[in-house]
Amino acid sequence: MATVEHNGHSYEVDEDGFLTKGTEEWNEDWVEYVKGIEGISEMSDEHWKVINSLQEYYKKNGIAPMVRILSKTTGYPLKRIYELFPSGPGKGACKMAGLPKPTGCV
Amino acid sequence: MALPKLEELSKSVAKGPSLMTGGIPRHDWLETTPVFKPENFPYPTNPKRLEYLGFPNPRVWSPEDEDWKLPENWKDIILQGFKERIDKFRSFRIFMDCCVRCGACADKCHFFLGTGDPKNMPVLRAELIRSVYRNDFTTAGKLFGKLSGARDLTVDVLKEWAQYAYQCTECRRCSIFCPYGIDTCEITMMMRELLHLVGISINWCMEPVSNSNRTGNHMGLQPHTYYENVQYLAEDIEEITGVKVDVPFNKKGADILFITPSADVFAEPGIYTCMGYLILFHYLGLNYTWSTYASEGGNFGLFTSNEMMKKLNGKMYAEAKRLGVKWILGGECGHMWRVVHQYMDTMNGPADFLEVPVSPITGTRFDNAASTKMVHISEFTADLIKNGKLKLDPSRNAHRIPTFHDSCNPARAMGLLEEPRYILDHVVPKWHEMPENTIREKTFCCGSGTALNTDEIMDLRMRSGLPRANAVKFVQDKFNVNMLSCVCAIDRATLLSLVNYWTPGVEVCGISELVGNALILDGEQKRETGLRFEPLAGMEG
Repeated sequence: MATVEHNGHSYEVDEDGFLTKGTEEWNEDWVEYVKGIEGISEMSDEHWKVINSLQEYYKKNGIAPMVRILSKTTGYPLKRIYELFPSGPGKGACKMAGLPKPTGCV
Repeated sequence: MALPKLEELSKSVAKGPSLMTGGIPRHDWLETTPVFKPENFPYPTNPKRLEYLGFPNPRVWSPEDEDWKLPENWKDIILQGFKERIDKFRSFRIFMDCCVRCGACADKCHFFLGTGDPKNMPVLRAELIRSVYRNDFTTAGKLFGKLSGARDLTVDVLKEWAQYAYQCTECRRCSIFCPYGIDTCEITMMMRELLHLVGISINWCMEPVSNSNRTGNHMGLQPHTYYENVQYLAEDIEEITGVKVDVPFNKKGADILFITPSADVFAEPGIYTCMGYLILFHYLGLNYTWSTYASEGGNFGLFTSNEMMKKLNGKMYAEAKRLGVKWILGGECGHMWRVVHQYMDTMNGPADFLEVPVSPITGTRFDNAASTKMVHISEFTADLIKNGKLKLDPSRNAHRIPTFHDSCNPARAMGLLEEPRYILDHVVPKWHEMPENTIREKTFCCGSGTALNTDEIMDLRMRSGLPRANAVKFVQDKFNVNMLSCVCAIDRATLLSLVNYWTPGVEVCGISELVGNALILDGEQKRETGLRFEPLAGMEG
C-alpha cells in the first residue's frame, strides 16, 4: 500500500491509486488530487452530479453501479461520462468518488 | 506504464529474442531465476481477504521485493503439503511420474507462443515442480540427485512456481496433444494450492473468492443489488421489445434454478447475454427462479484450492435443495462447467435430492447430466430449436457476422462443441469458423482465464491472447467477421480487451444475446434495435 499526500492530507491508496479505506477517508481534497491526475481542468456541476450519484449508490449497495444505471441516474450517456472523466467511469469517476474497483469476470 | 503499441508488441512477439523465434537460451533452465517487474505478475492478495478466508500468512508484500515475507518454516510447509497431495490425488502423482518429455505440448501453449519463454512450454512448467518431486519423493532422485533431474526446493524455485503458475490459464489445450494425457491444468492447480500454504496468491483471484463467500458472487453484489440489476435489464427489454418479462427470484417450488456468472448481471457485454436468457425464459413461460444466494456460476475456488472450490460449488446445490427445484440450468459460464462436470460429483455429489433434468418444453431427458443435475443453457436452447419450439427471425442479427470462440472449459471439459454452433446456424443469417486448429477441442484460450483477467498484466495478456486474436484476424480479413461469440463470462470480459487491441472493429457477445435478438415474442413491437440499443440492419437512419 502506498500513501499519497495532498494539501496536508495523507491518503492510503492501493496499487491502482484507489482509496483503500474508500468513502470513509474521502473528502474534497481527494477530489482535487484526482482532478489533477485525471487531467480535468475544472470541476463542473456535471462532474459533481456523477460523483454524488456514485456515492449515493455506493451507500445503498456497497458497490459501484452498472455503467448503464449510472447513465440513467445522471442522464449522461456513456460518451459524455468519458468526456467528463477521460479514464472512464471506473478508473476515473469511481476513483474520484472514493469507490473500490469491481473484480471478477469483468 | 502503458501497454505497448500494437506494432511494437507484434514486432516483439514475431522478432524478439525468444525460443519461438529461434533464439537459443544462453543458460541452462536450472540456472535462470525468475525476474519480477511491474506488469509481469498480478497484484498480491490484500491481506484483509486472506484473513477473512482464514488463509495462511496474510501480509503486505510485493513480488518485486527480494523478501517475500514467507513463514520461517516455509520449506517444511510446502514439502509436507506436497506429500499430502501426492498421497491424496492419484492424478497428481501420475502426472509427476509419467512425462517422457516428448515435447508434443511445447508449442501448443498460448503463453509460450506469445512470450517465447521456454518455461512456458507446458513440459517445462511441469518440470518446475516435477524436479522437486523427484528430489524429495522418489528413490531415483534421492540416489542420483541432479543426474535424475532433481533439484532442491529453494526460495527462487518457489518464486519460479509462482511466476509460471500464474502464466498458465489452466486451459488444457496442451493436454489434448499429450500422448499420456497429462493434465497440466491439474499441475498448475497443485502449484497454486501449495503456494497458498505460505501466503502466495493474487488479489484478482482472492477478492472474487472472498466476495463469493460473503455475498454469493464475485462482484460482491448484495441480494437487493443483484435483484435490482436484473430488474433493470428487464426494463431495457421492455423498452426494446414492448414486452414485460417476469423475473422470478428465490421462488420455492420452481421447476428449475437458474445460475449464471454474476458478471452477466453487472458488466457489458455480459448483460446483453443476460437479457437473452430473460427473453428466452419469458417466451417459454418457464417455471424457474433466480437466486440471490446462489448468485454466481463462476467458481474462482477452482483457481485457488480444492477445498475452496468445494465450498463455493456447494452453495449451488444447497440452494437447489432449499428451494426444492427439480434441477439446475446453468448460464454461459466457462470454468463452472469444469467444476460441475469433472469435480462436483466427488466433492458435493451425488445430488440425489434433484431429478434427472427433463426439459419441460420438449420432454427431452438430459441423461448426460444424470449425476450433476445441471444442464447448460446452450444444450437447453439447441434442444428447443431442434424440436421446433422457437420462433426465430435470424434477419434481426443481420448486422452481425459472428465467428464462434469455443470457450476452453465448455469445449474441453464437457465436450460442448455442437450445440452453440447449432444455435448459431438458426439465429444468424451467416457465421464463419476460425481455422480448424484453433477451434473445438483445439481452441485457443482467451489468454486471461484463471483470474489472470486483471489490467496490471495487460502486456502479458495481449501476448497470451495473440494466438486467439490471430485466428480472429483471419476471419475478420477473409469474411468481414465483426462479432466474436462465446459461452463464457471471463471470455466476454477478456476477449473484449483482446479484440480492441488486436482486431479493432470486432465486438464480443454471448450466444444467448443472439438468441434473444432473434426470438419473436408474442405481442412484441416492431424491433428497431438489438439488445444493445444498436440499430438493426436497415434501421440505421
